[in-house]
Amino acid sequence: MRHGKYPFIIGFLAVPVALYVTFVVAAYIQTFQLAFTNWSGLGAIEYIGFDNFVKLWNDDLFWRSVGHNLYLLILLPIITIAIALVFAFLLNVGGGRNRGVWGSTGYRVIFFFPQLMALAIVAVIFGRVFSTDESGMLNGLFPDSWSPWLFLADERWALTCILAVAVWQAVGFYVVLFSAGMGSIEQDIYEAAELDGANRITLFFRITIPLLWNTLQVAWVYLGIAAFDCFALINIMSVDRGGPDGATSVLAMLIYRNAFEYSQAGYASALGVALFFLTLTFAALTLRVTRRDAV
Amino acid sequence: MADITNSELDRRSLLRRAGAVGLAAIPAVSMLSACVGGGSEETPEQATGEKSAENPLGVDPKAGLEIVIFDGGLGTKYATDVDTPLYNKKWPDSAVTYSATQEVSTVIQPRINAGDAPDMINNSGSKLMDFGAVVNAGQAQELTELFAAPSWDVEGKTVGETLVPGAIEQGTYNGKPYAVNYAYTVFGLWYNKALFTKNNWAAPTTWAEFTALLDKIKAAGITPFGYAGANASYYMVRAIMTSAGKIGTEQVLKDIDNLKAGAWTNDAVLKAAEAWAGIGKTYLDKSFLGLKHTEVQLRQNQDKLAFYPCGSWLENEQAKDTPPGFEYAVAPYPSVTDADKLPAAALNAAAGEIYFVAAKGKNPRGGMEYLRGMLSKEAALGFTKLTKSLTVVAGAADGQTISPGLTSAGEAITKAGSDIFMGYLFDTWYKKLDDESRIAANDLMFKDYDAKKFCDRMEAAAQAVAADSSITKFNRS
Repeated sequence: MRHGKYPFIIGFLAVPVALYVTFVVAAYIQTFQLAFTNWSGLGAIEYIGFDNFVKLWNDDLFWRSVGHNLYLLILLPIITIAIALVFAFLLNVGGGRNRGVWGSTGYRVIFFFPQLMALAIVAVIFGRVFSTDESGMLNGLFPDSWSPWLFLADERWALTCILAVAVWQAVGFYVVLFSAGMGSIEQDIYEAAELDGANRITLFFRITIPLLWNTLQVAWVYLGIAAFDCFALINIMSVDRGGPDGATSVLAMLIYRNAFEYSQAGYASALGVALFFLTLTFAALTLRVTRRDAV
Repeated sequence: MADITNSELDRRSLLRRAGAVGLAAIPAVSMLSACVGGGSEETPEQATGEKSAENPLGVDPKAGLEIVIFDGGLGTKYATDVDTPLYNKKWPDSAVTYSATQEVSTVIQPRINAGDAPDMINNSGSKLMDFGAVVNAGQAQELTELFAAPSWDVEGKTVGETLVPGAIEQGTYNGKPYAVNYAYTVFGLWYNKALFTKNNWAAPTTWAEFTALLDKIKAAGITPFGYAGANASYYMVRAIMTSAGKIGTEQVLKDIDNLKAGAWTNDAVLKAAEAWAGIGKTYLDKSFLGLKHTEVQLRQNQDKLAFYPCGSWLENEQAKDTPPGFEYAVAPYPSVTDADKLPAAALNAAAGEIYFVAAKGKNPRGGMEYLRGMLSKEAALGFTKLTKSLTVVAGAADGQTISPGLTSAGEAITKAGSDIFMGYLFDTWYKKLDDESRIAANDLMFKDYDAKKFCDRMEAAAQAVAADSSITKFNRS
């Protein structure tokens, strides 16, 4: 069997690796290369050293966008995981005696619905929910005498509105993920703990969370990645795409605008390089911080 | 088989792989910017034919032609039903490949970079390509020859001589023409003439009349003035700039386009911004900041909004939502002060909708011939009938009654006489400045009503563009 091993593995990997090299690695290398040019997106390429990075360092909107990315990076995973954990717990053990609360099967399906919808559709729908006139769902609920809430048009709340939609969309998937994780926890452990007099809250914090730790880690990394993107939601929902006045601008949005609207592909690539290192740092940090001995 | 079963995933390596997915998400972003091909340096073999009186541009009668039309407010019917049949009548052996897109830059730019450009491109819409960059990269065919060629159906005149004044200048970059700006757009305050006649309201000419009328409209329970802050704030920018132009002549706008220091802090700009900020403060509905142009335009169709700053494409864009009895009409922006240098009837009308020929396409001669066909009187009238939009072909739609909005725009042009000005170009030349002006206009009209801040902010942004060596500069005189 030993001789057969490598041809066998190579046979499996050749196509994916070739695709990965062409569409991911090559694109990376090109982005790094372009970051040192003042290429407009069309025509000749001229190398300008670190000028793009100097410009980036002095770009106020870049730092604000990084700030918005960090805001999403911290809040999106925390809120999503917290809500998903509570729901998953209620669906699986919330009813006591290792049963979910009444109607769990139905809820499980409903929670998963948002995940099935294309992000663009979700964004358009929530655009209507947050609409600033009385045709908006939320403003329509308020009494007529109130002046309309601006939601996405209010720079203080715009990013929070986007965050709310991202959470709404993500929760369902993590409810399912955590439910599966909880399902694999031995019933005996719960029974033993219950015999020892543990109540539901103790069960949740002392049994469920520690045994789910690995799943939580995965969820954290995935949600962090989602937080680095958010491009689709912001592109469709926000005022003036990234506005009002840059209040919802994130790195992905900034890259897009520079590359395709300002004809500054070189600068956009420098932004891409910055985003690359930010994501790398995030992934490394997450793995380090959440490292913990197996229970 | 033990080797295979031994290589089971432990959870930690699964996590590491999850981290790797994070890295995979970046190129997805980076690739957006990385559709690099450097722009093919060498030009592919291009079709040419023999020049003659019948064939002034030297078209190869057998070469195919690829055209791409922007599918927006003007629709695409004019290309498929008027222009292409006209072209094919003359060149029956040239197969025209037609496609339409709403995302011009996303679809066309990678093709240009890959050396596979379509021959004639309609660069328009919110995702248009930065045309200055296209010209600068040598990807647009110089059109001097086209404008010097004899007109398709006007005896004894060249193509250039059949156009309205300023039409060629609009597509001229550093002294050479590269684009046909085909549609002739009249900008102003659009309103429903039927509603105004019913209420005995007359279009204002001075600012005092304007505010007095807005008060009356407000009292009648109609939002007097509004624009869509979410995606169409550049309509408001156009209103402010037009007022500035009327106060201090078009020179004010030329200085702005030329990035002259102090151009934005000019007294005319400040006065215009102050006047409009006053309108924003008193008459604008705050919720409009979060609305899109379609929503606002629909409200006007429902007579819930009186004045809307826009261009003459509006009537056609709203055609299917306009109820019977609704008659679009346009009024020039009223004079801001008594000392305005241009009269109240002065009008901002400009050629718009860029059509250009790819310099490095397979059949640039055919592309130019297609444009020559579009600039015939026959095609221009067909375009106007289908799109309810005038063209730069002078007098092509004269004597035709096509729609109320078009009639009103025609009257406004006649009344303005020689006081028609083309406006400004900084928004197409410097996209970044365009974005800044949209944000600044929204702040001015919805938030702080601070004209000084508007001017200072734009001045700073303009000077930043002027100082940025990576941005190609243009000039007009």
